[in-house]
Amino acid sequence: MTKTFVLDGKVIPFEEGETIMEAASAAGVYIPHLCHHPEFKPHGSCKLCTVSIGGRLGAACTNKAAEGMKVESETAALNADRLALTQMLFVEGNHVCPSCEKSGNCQLQAVAYHLGMLTPHFPHFYPARDVDASHPDVMLERNRCILCELCVRASRDIDGKNVFGIGGRGIKARLIVNSASGRLADTDMSVTDRAAEVCPTGAIIRKRHGFTIPIGKRLYDHHDIAEVPVAGMKEPKRG
Amino acid sequence: MPEPDVCDLPGIVARWHHDPTNLVQILREVQESCGTIPSDTLDRLAALLNVPRVRIESTASFYAFFHAESHGAYEILFSDNIIDRMAGKEALKQYFCERLWLEPRKLSEDGLVYVDDTADIGLADQAPAMLVNGYAIPSLDKTRLDLVAELIRAQKPLAEWPPMLFEIPDNIRKPGPLTGEAFVPGAALKATLARGADATLAEMETSNLRGRGGAGFKTATKWASCRKAEGEAHYVVCNADEGEPGTFKDRLLLNSHADLVFEGMTVCARVIGARQGLLYLRGEYRNLHEKLKSVLARRREAGLLGQNILGHTDENGGFDFDIEIHLGAGAYICGEESALIESLEGKPGKPRNRPPFPDRCGYRNQPTVVNNVETFACAAKIAERGGAWFAALGTPQSAGSKLISISGDCQRPGVYEYSFGVTVRQILIDCGAEDAHAVQVSGPSGTCISFREFDRRIAFEDLATAGAFMVFSRERDMFEVARNFTHFFAHESCGFCTPCRVGTSLLRNTMDKLAEGKGSAYDMNEMKNIMHILRGMAHCGLGHTAANPVVQTMEKFPEAYEKRLKRLDFEPAFDLDGALATARLITGRDDEWAHLADD
Ligand SMILES: Cc1cc2nc3c(=O)[nH]c(=O)nc-3n(C[C@H](O)[C@H](O)[C@H](O)COP(=O)(O)O)c2cc1C
Ligand code: SF4
Ligand code: SF4
Ligand code: FES
Repeated sequence: MTKTFVLDGKVIPFEEGETIMEAASAAGVYIPHLCHHPEFKPHGSCKLCTVSIGGRLGAACTNKAAEGMKVESETAALNADRLALTQMLFVEGNHVCPSCEKSGNCQLQAVAYHLGMLTPHFPHFYPARDVDASHPDVMLERNRCILCELCVRASRDIDGKNVFGIGGRGIKARLIVNSASGRLADTDMSVTDRAAEVCPTGAIIRKRHGFTIPIGKRLYDHHDIAEVPVAGMKEPKRG
Repeated sequence: MPEPDVCDLPGIVARWHHDPTNLVQILREVQESCGTIPSDTLDRLAALLNVPRVRIESTASFYAFFHAESHGAYEILFSDNIIDRMAGKEALKQYFCERLWLEPRKLSEDGLVYVDDTADIGLADQAPAMLVNGYAIPSLDKTRLDLVAELIRAQKPLAEWPPMLFEIPDNIRKPGPLTGEAFVPGAALKATLARGADATLAEMETSNLRGRGGAGFKTATKWASCRKAEGEAHYVVCNADEGEPGTFKDRLLLNSHADLVFEGMTVCARVIGARQGLLYLRGEYRNLHEKLKSVLARRREAGLLGQNILGHTDENGGFDFDIEIHLGAGAYICGEESALIESLEGKPGKPRNRPPFPDRCGYRNQPTVVNNVETFACAAKIAERGGAWFAALGTPQSAGSKLISISGDCQRPGVYEYSFGVTVRQILIDCGAEDAHAVQVSGPSGTCISFREFDRRIAFEDLATAGAFMVFSRERDMFEVARNFTHFFAHESCGFCTPCRVGTSLLRNTMDKLAEGKGSAYDMNEMKNIMHILRGMAHCGLGHTAANPVVQTMEKFPEAYEKRLKRLDFEPAFDLDGALATARLITGRDDEWAHLADD
């Protein structure tokens, strides 16, 4: 007998040890998320995937599925809160979508579309953040960083390099790199690293690839993020 | 004055066993002996410890007491709780800066002094207070500050300053079973060894002891579950972070009843089968460090710690247990138990994903009991006098006594030990606060109660508390109280999760906007929405409670807000006229047409 739980009225099977997010994804059900990526250890920081687990709120990406659990995700209240979180992510950085190379392939932007975000709602922080163009092949645009630590995890766990980390705390938390100069060029980052392609936003981008696919023809220009949660992972479902 | 080259990095690293797990302690010693942690030190540490530099920088840049720039020979940090402010901190700080010709947050021109604020340092009963190179000086007034300024001008080393500056009375006003009874070191341990681990746990169960750090989790349940959990080793951790503004009861226990605390830890070790314990002492209590180490040394000599404690042997052999002290470095979040464990492991203090909880997966991913200082003190008394004795004190749901740290508008601030169930009104009478208007119970993350609620009781079933009790009279502006707390949370948010990282700063900015008279009813509503997001979605207790002061004062003291609202609808946060100031400066114009009309 496979074990199951109920997500928004739908019966979801799961394997022992799987998170709610993993089980839901396997069943083709989308729960909004940004810091989760199926290939990496759960992190649980963006909180976009917050669901109601038997009446208690918790992150779907870090909470394990359990037999008979009742989970709610697609409620108006939760989506309103997710929208607010997304807006918080927009105002704490500097996101100028129309001039961003990642526009159309950006998961932050796509989640914002998905949740129906029309305005940033909160006052902008306009933080002063560094852009690092020192590396020959990889550009670091900290204005667009949402501190999801996917690059940190990819570099450490897959590339075995520890190129990235988070420095500071609170609203001053920032992406740092593994060099005394603080420049990406002085780390052992390579364009073929997993860390170079895992960023959900346009904070880490490969140079000279920005406009290979013209804006308007990109993934989320034509698909809701619910259909293709992770760019490059699966073919979009049709129909 | 410490010179950078006195910093013996290899020595410090060796003292901490070349173990990167001890990174916070290593950085703390570097900071203390060199006065800074410069960038090249991070590289040298990376080489010595064989870990990536980025990990060292993550930790070094997380803690408020670590910095790369020099803060001179004398770093002065004024405690900035609302209680310090009520006691005149702002004016005194300004006075002090003027005396020494300096500006806050700017190293003096001669490179000698640096002045800044820091979060509450655990001396609200002796406010205003400050730290000089990490050492606390309480009860500041002009005379004492004059003396400090003279000593600095004369460049006297801190060790030669008059000891009376650093004297910190316990201010115990109402003693009880923990603070008023003599305790013979070893008494609880002897009883424990005679009784055995199972029976001791049963006494703990009978006692009904619940954690004194705030959450009130039943201690026996935690110990039992940790004991059952499998692991290579079990650990006992004492949470002496005491970072909640207005709380200072652990300070007194550590200063005058350390044996009780260490003995409680040792009893716990016996029950769960631990060989190592750690006391995480907040950096602000640096002045207690040597004293605590000497108590540990004395206990080792007396056979109460170390190998073969009290010469006891049974079928499992002898009982070995020892305790190490780790110091924090200015981070309130490290009081949260999983963040505390991260800090003990040399990392930034960011709360872990739970479950698993520390009882199963704690320090070095092994089963770990984390308890508050006072909880361990209670445990020692229970081991000595039995669970039934303890359960008979207090109320059925809240057994025992509770230390309350009283500060603010009252005649007799200090620590009071009450049986649970005491009313707020009774406490106010005892401490001489007859004209109290509001009390902040359990600190900024706790509950703000108004004069209408003074018949409520201190107990888990009514007003749960970790011990802070800040009294505000009729003259106090409850808006400013909440604004101070909002700044505190924004400063202390670890930044891990979106709702708290951004939400606490949004709250702080909105409160500042209101303070400038630019707020509207819209902003009040926005703050309620942010509270809703924080309560539901934040990763840990800091975020969950960060909006409490605003929302509770808004509810209970609406007039404090209403008088500040510019108009009742929307007022933009962006000050357009202010933004034109630069343009006016450049063009040299300040006439009517260079300003926006203020309607
Ligand atoms: C933000 C935050 C700060 C905390 N600070 C402290 C503290 O300074 N001291 C403490 O004992 N517990 C603190 N706690 C509670 C601890 O997480 C934990 O519950 C406690 O140490 C358990 O011990 P107890 O059961 O003996 O109370 C804090 C919790 C949070 C969320
Ligand atoms: S750079 Fe990208 S992947 Fe890395 S933390 Fe920032 S947003 Fe996440
Ligand atoms: S709630 Fe605040 S303190 Fe807690 S994890 Fe989130 S950011 Fe850190
Ligand atoms: S996806 Fe779960 S917290 Fe970010």
